[in-house]
Amino acid sequence: MANSDNQVINALVGLRDWVDDRFPLMQNWNEHLAKYYAPKNFNFWYFFGAFALLVFVIQIVTGIWLTMNYKPSAAEAFASVEYIMRDVSWGWFIRYMHSTGASAFFVVIYLHMFRALLYGSYKKPRELLWLSGMAIYLLLMGEAFFGYLLPWGQMSYWGAQVIISLFGALPIVGEELALWIRGDFVVSDVTLNRFFSLHVIAFPFLIAALVGVHILALHEVGSNNPDGIEIKKNKNAEGIPVDGIPFHPYYTVKDIWGASVFMIFFFAVIFFAPEMKVPGTQGLFLEGANFIPADPLKTPEHIAPVWYFTPFYAILRAVPSQLGGVIAMGLAVSLFLLLPWLDRSPVKSVRYRGTNYKIALTLFIISFLILGWLGLQVATPLYTWMARIFTVVYFLFFFLMPFYTAVDSDKEVPERVTS
Amino acid sequence: MSKTMKRALYFILTLTLVTPVTAFAAGGAQLMHMDVDLSDRESLQRGARTFANYCLSCHAASYMRYNRMGEDLGIADSVLNENFIFGDAKVGDTMTVPIDKAAGERYWGVLPPDLSVIARSRGPDYLYTYFKTFYVDDSRPFGVNNLVVKNVSMPHVLWSMQGMQRLDVSDHKDGTHHAPTYADLQLISPGTQSEEEYDQTIKDLVNYLVYMGEPVKLYRSKIGIWVMLYLFIFAAVAYLLKKEYWRDVH
Amino acid sequence: MENSNIDKSRRRFLTAAATVVGGAGAAAAAVPFVATMTPSAKTKAIGAPIEVDISQLRPGERMIEQWRGKPVWILRRTEEMLSGISSQNDVVSDPESDKSGQPDYAKNEFRAIEDEYLVVIGICTHLGCSPNYVESDAENPPAADWQGGFFCPCHGSRFDLAGRVYKGVPAPTNLVVPPYKFVSPSRLVIGDDSGVA
Repeated sequence: MANSDNQVINALVGLRDWVDDRFPLMQNWNEHLAKYYAPKNFNFWYFFGAFALLVFVIQIVTGIWLTMNYKPSAAEAFASVEYIMRDVSWGWFIRYMHSTGASAFFVVIYLHMFRALLYGSYKKPRELLWLSGMAIYLLLMGEAFFGYLLPWGQMSYWGAQVIISLFGALPIVGEELALWIRGDFVVSDVTLNRFFSLHVIAFPFLIAALVGVHILALHEVGSNNPDGIEIKKNKNAEGIPVDGIPFHPYYTVKDIWGASVFMIFFFAVIFFAPEMKVPGTQGLFLEGANFIPADPLKTPEHIAPVWYFTPFYAILRAVPSQLGGVIAMGLAVSLFLLLPWLDRSPVKSVRYRGTNYKIALTLFIISFLILGWLGLQVATPLYTWMARIFTVVYFLFFFLMPFYTAVDSDKEVPERVTS
Repeated sequence: MSKTMKRALYFILTLTLVTPVTAFAAGGAQLMHMDVDLSDRESLQRGARTFANYCLSCHAASYMRYNRMGEDLGIADSVLNENFIFGDAKVGDTMTVPIDKAAGERYWGVLPPDLSVIARSRGPDYLYTYFKTFYVDDSRPFGVNNLVVKNVSMPHVLWSMQGMQRLDVSDHKDGTHHAPTYADLQLISPGTQSEEEYDQTIKDLVNYLVYMGEPVKLYRSKIGIWVMLYLFIFAAVAYLLKKEYWRDVH
Repeated sequence: MENSNIDKSRRRFLTAAATVVGGAGAAAAAVPFVATMTPSAKTKAIGAPIEVDISQLRPGERMIEQWRGKPVWILRRTEEMLSGISSQNDVVSDPESDKSGQPDYAKNEFRAIEDEYLVVIGICTHLGCSPNYVESDAENPPAADWQGGFFCPCHGSRFDLAGRVYKGVPAPTNLVVPPYKFVSPSRLVIGDDSGVA
């Protein structure tokens, strides 16, 4: 028994060595897992990067399977989705995984980004890490936008119509640009077909490549942590950071446990509330109006984007000028890119920041959430004014950052990480 | 649990709780409410029968197969052929009708919408209220109007059961007009069913429409319970494993 | 980090437990993905039994119907054809259809419910091409002493008028007889044989 066990192990080791002579297998394993030293004080917020990777894999796999039965044509798209929901064995399960996955992706990405704001993960030397992450976020917004057209329901159709029209608001090139994106005078079969191509081929490839870049950039500079301390500054005789632990096995087992809890929430939505129909909405993840086939002659009474776009949508509506709204919306998304250079504080983590930043971050999160909620509502004069106020707060977080972070009452940062 | 983790959980809990509550405060239309009960198979069967007899002659449900319905609701193929399928459709076919867009527009001004997923787009309360609030209005082509769908294009197909209602807003002696409500509807000629019976007929029908909107809803949450059970076990094992390894970290 | 007091057996046990439980979960999660690739309700509905009117089929003629997307041949055989079949028993490789696919009620000399009517799936049992019908008086018969039959253009397999495969050709078994029944002397149902003994 023991003998045959040993033979199996020897054979496996032999195979590994054979591969290793031809491919840097162990080198990569060590660099990114077994000898990648991560700070030992990661907390709850550090789960979301791993969750994002998990959701990405779920989206790719379920997407491949959906594509087996989906038909990207205006005449057949809606019916093919219902075909998946009814006639294909377990098709509903795969479709709900994908639709829930889309929302889950944004949930984890927003929390992942919030973590960066909490602990200053975008600050030097992690500027490129932050920029590559932002690029993934922007691509993800595109991916979600293309994907949302595919069910070819009323929300799909008019959502695409509105968002493409945003480009039409740009001066000089706008109209031509919108026409080019649609490939037709309105959103049509042509548009659906190209969005399908972008959604299932181009953007997934780009996102996958950038996820690779993001992880390589992370492993080059090393992970930040809740104390915002560079653990590489404090190494022992063997050159290993004293506050670091190998990613594998410590963070692999921790992330597996985290992922299992995440999946409890994820599958609870799939099996018990796939539409996420919270009171006052027609479904946050799957909207009621999207169960009506696209009708180019009739806009639904109440049209709002999916929840993950609503903060920006509220900003768009808050500005009383078409071009101004589009610019404000574009800025609201892209100002995140400048964070590494707007933030003048010598301290990374909120734990050692002064009150200025804590207040600013709190106000920013509150305005982001309220704007998100406002974006789901039908605009009333009161709501429009609320949106304007919180839009201003939202932008002040960025515009005033060089000032309030420079004069903040930051605290002393310890030498070693705390627990 | 660490302090940050607790704080983080509070943060997320607040997020998930506050949003719907505030959203609810802004809730909209006044619809009558009904509790959908998909576990009541007899109700679903009665609803299916009403649907086949009264709706399916003009409205299609072109994503729903007869035999899927039969399988889910316990209706044998022979019964389907006898009582549900009018025309030469087979049990494996979907519920289509021989009415095209042009014919629909000729008869009703609009093609009767496909009802496969109507309950998903409108919601049960809307349908329940809609079926109960037809009233006599001679200015309309079919002599009826509806409180939910103003200037409805559909005749009151179920009138023989419900009877006819009249909308009466004249009893306001002070002469003020108010928006019509359900209380303003009065039965003027009784149908074959009592009010309670008709209410049950409508509940059955809406139950059926909800089922038809998403057939898998009948057993989706039952599977979900097993999946949850499994994930709890896996999470427990994963937690113990994590705990064991992290004893190394000081 | 101290490695001195690691409880290795507990660690190994928990790793194994997590692997087993996680592996079982992954296997269960794979089931829906495999299941979606099986024929859908629509495919099954399209593949439902078909009813065929054979009243117009004259002796010696063949008609082709489609059942589950496959060609189904219905050949009305003459007395002459039937005796031709009997004469081939020594040169076909499975004369009793012992190794071949057919319902029990068609496992007889002429592989049919009614001797007159042959109902077979027109797909070669070799690699799935559809053979051609070659009558006994064809100009270039595929073999000497040709009694009429079927010849597969892909790899040269030959079958007699009962769908039996000749010796020395690549097809391993006789053509498959699908489930069928007569609902009246001139109407056939293909794909459903409920009630046929």
